Amino acid sequence: MSFLDYFLGSRKKTASVAKDRLKLILAHERSADTPDFLPALQEELLTVISKYMPVEKDQISVHMERRGDFEVLELNILFPEQHSPG
Amino acid sequence: MAQTVVVTSGKGGVGKTTTSAAFASGLAQRGYRTVVIDFDVGLRNLDLVMGCERRVVYDFINVIHGEARLQQALIRDKMLENLYILPTSQTRDKDALTTEGVARVMEELQTQFDYIVCDSPAGIESGALRALYHADAAIVVTNPEVSSVRDSDRILGILAARSKRAEEGAEPIREHLLLTRYAPKRVQGGEMLSLDDVQELLRIPLLGVIPESEIILQASNQGIPAIHMQGSDVALAYEDVVARFLGEERPLRFVQPEKTGFFKRLFGG
Repeated sequence: MSFLDYFLGSRKKTASVAKDRLKLILAHERSADTPDFLPALQEELLTVISKYMPVEKDQISVHMERRGDFEVLELNILFPEQHSPG
Repeated sequence: MAQTVVVTSGKGGVGKTTTSAAFASGLAQRGYRTVVIDFDVGLRNLDLVMGCERRVVYDFINVIHGEARLQQALIRDKMLENLYILPTSQTRDKDALTTEGVARVMEELQTQFDYIVCDSPAGIESGALRALYHADAAIVVTNPEVSSVRDSDRILGILAARSKRAEEGAEPIREHLLLTRYAPKRVQGGEMLSLDDVQELLRIPLLGVIPESEIILQASNQGIPAIHMQGSDVALAYEDVVARFLGEERPLRFVQPEKTGFFKRLFGG
C-alpha cells in the first residue's frame, strides 16, 4: 500500500476477509469431526430395535456433538402410532 | 532418552524440509547429538537441502528391510560433526515404511541421539502418519495463507488423534506453530494474515516467525541449511526458534516492516 492508494480509494483488506472465512470453515470442520462409524451404528441399532418393535429406517437418527469437554451421542427413535386393537 | 520432533504441515511447499534442515542444524550447533530423517519416500529432498545428495549409499528403507545396518545409512553432516542425516529411498513408494520397521529404527536411534527430527511429507497419508507417530513434539509449519492455515488445523487434529502418545493415552504431543514466508509489509497493508490472526485461528503456542526471504533459495541452491547463512534475518530467526524450543526467552524479530524512505512511501514498491 503506498501513500497514493489512499487517494485512489482504499481497497477492501483481503487479510480480514481471509480470517473471517477461515474462522467459519475451521469451526465447521472441527465440529464436523464426527467418527465415520455413525452410519454403521445407525444400521445396527435399527436391526436390533426392529427385532422388538416396529420401526422405520428413517425414524432413527444418531448424532454426535461436542459440548465443552464432553462428547454427546444423541439417539432419536420415533415409533409409529400404536393402533390399539379393537 | 532422545526427544522426537516432527516437522509437519499438511500442505506442501510451506517450508518443512527447509525448517527440518535448519532446526536440526541449530540443535547440533548447540552440542546436541541430532539426527534428521526424511520420511518423504519417493520424493526425497532433505539430502539436497543438506547438501549430501552425492553421499547417499543406503537409506532408511534399506535399514527397515534389513538390507543395511543403521550405521551404514546414517550420513554425517559436512558442517557439524554431531549431526547425521538419514535419507529415504527415491525409488520405492511409501508402503515401504512399515509400522514395525519404523518403530525398530526409531528405537535404535533413541539410544544414540538426543534429538530425532522427522521431516514429514505433505498430505495426511501413511508417510505423514508414520512421521508423526513417534513424536514428543511437533513443529507445525504454516504460511500466512488460507489453504496452509486450514491444512495445519487438520494436521493438529491428526496429531491429537493418531500419534503413539494419543493411542497410549500419554501426555499429548507438544505443539508449536512456526510461521514461515512472513512478509510484515504485506501484513501491514492488510493483504496478509498477521501472526496474531494465525495464532488466534490455530490456538497453539508460537515458536517463531521466519520472514519471506531470497536467502532461502540461495541456501537450498548450495545445499546449505538456512541457519548457516550468516548474518541473514532467516538464519537469526531460525536460531531464535531453536533457542525458544529449548526453553529460552527470545523476543520476536523481523515481524515489523523495515523503515522505508519518503519516495518509496509515496510511490509504493
